[in-house]
Amino acid sequence: MTARSANWFWYASPQTFYPLAGAAAPWFGIAAALLAAAGLYVGFFVAPTDAQQGEAYRIIFIHVPAAWMSMFIYLVMALWAALGLAFNTRLSGMMATALAPTGALFTFLALWTGSLWGKPTWGTYWVWDARLTSELILLFLYLGFMALQAAIDDPRRADRAGALLAIVGVVNIPIIYFSVKWWNTLHQGASVSLKSAPSMAASMFTGMILMALAFWMYSIAVALVRVRCIIRERG
Amino acid sequence: MLDVLLGLVRRDLLLALRNKSDVGTALLFFVIVTSLFPLGIGAEPGLLRAIAPGVIWVAALLSSMLSLGRLFAADHADGTLEQMVLGAAPLGAVAAAKTLAHWLVSGLPLVLIAPLIALQYDLPLSLYGVLVLSLLLGTPTLSLIGAIGAALTLGLRGGGVLLSLLVLPLYVPVLIMGAGGVEMAAAGMSGQGHLLLLAAMLVGAAAFAPWAIAAALRISLE
Repeated sequence: MTARSANWFWYASPQTFYPLAGAAAPWFGIAAALLAAAGLYVGFFVAPTDAQQGEAYRIIFIHVPAAWMSMFIYLVMALWAALGLAFNTRLSGMMATALAPTGALFTFLALWTGSLWGKPTWGTYWVWDARLTSELILLFLYLGFMALQAAIDDPRRADRAGALLAIVGVVNIPIIYFSVKWWNTLHQGASVSLKSAPSMAASMFTGMILMALAFWMYSIAVALVRVRCIIRERG
Repeated sequence: MLDVLLGLVRRDLLLALRNKSDVGTALLFFVIVTSLFPLGIGAEPGLLRAIAPGVIWVAALLSSMLSLGRLFAADHADGTLEQMVLGAAPLGAVAAAKTLAHWLVSGLPLVLIAPLIALQYDLPLSLYGVLVLSLLLGTPTLSLIGAIGAALTLGLRGGGVLLSLLVLPLYVPVLIMGAGGVEMAAAGMSGQGHLLLLAAMLVGAAAFAPWAIAAALRISLE
């Protein structure tokens, strides 16, 4: 049992994690490139043209995985943050810091591709739909996290302050989501609904899953590279 | 322990009373911001009635956020805050007492002056009750959430702008429920559901926020 727990914490030290991250990052990068190539191939050449939306729907292969990742990375970030507060490990805070820009990037991508997709299908770049609005607020949460960490000079305080903010944010995300949803139904501003999506062809689903996996691998690779930079920075 | 906390509330209120300009500015900000909207949008009564709940709530949000900087800053500057952290009273309770005092100084005046603003916006008299009640339930939640941000940004450069970036996204549910309740009542429906959810948020924030504030203070002072 003791040997097992020792194994768990062996890589919790930045010193031992640094070479591991360096060795693993390229493999995750290669996996991301291969999966993305496969996903884009399926998305552009295999998946059939949508009966209602034509070719415009193909942005789904970027949009949906990006939206998944934007939410998932916040959860992972909060998990690392909580681990850092609980075990007082330095690496956990670094991982949370390293994940934040990638999460913000995917949130921005989801919003951007969403508005590009909205123009041909809904006729407008932006609607105050519940999902769009809560995604926007998620972007604000990411930016707040990064701004707070950037404003604190002492890295240990930055880690812990960011960790607390991430945990407060994660508690609030469901509350924000449901209140925005309720606000949306009350105002009935958006006449379009995302819920009426037709059932999906299997090849579309395959493409989406491949792209989601590619984004996973990309996120891990980038986070590992970034955490190496952070370890170097803090010496 | 209750004596200590009551003493703390009394002390903070006394300090605020002795330094009246501090209390006045947040309130004045609220009044000025709400008077700017008709100047920018136009004074058409129907339009004003429609935007009144939202404008009053957004102004309350901004005003309560502006005064957050004062919450711990003075005590931090003269070292009192460190003594509070070291003191025998649990820090969570101290944080709750300080937040309560802050709300009495910066939140409650907004609730009391809101009917006057509503009058300017030609809101029907029947909505005053819902408006005041929603602010009464909502502004303490704003103070509690905001205090977490204030404690996290203690002594940081550019603290004010940073604080707004941290706190405003978390204010969204309160804004939606607060303004939404008044709008429901204006549409002739019952705003009770919104008010009950505001109350639920207040209870939740009152239960959890003090611990988060205390943790944030420990992080900022270590």
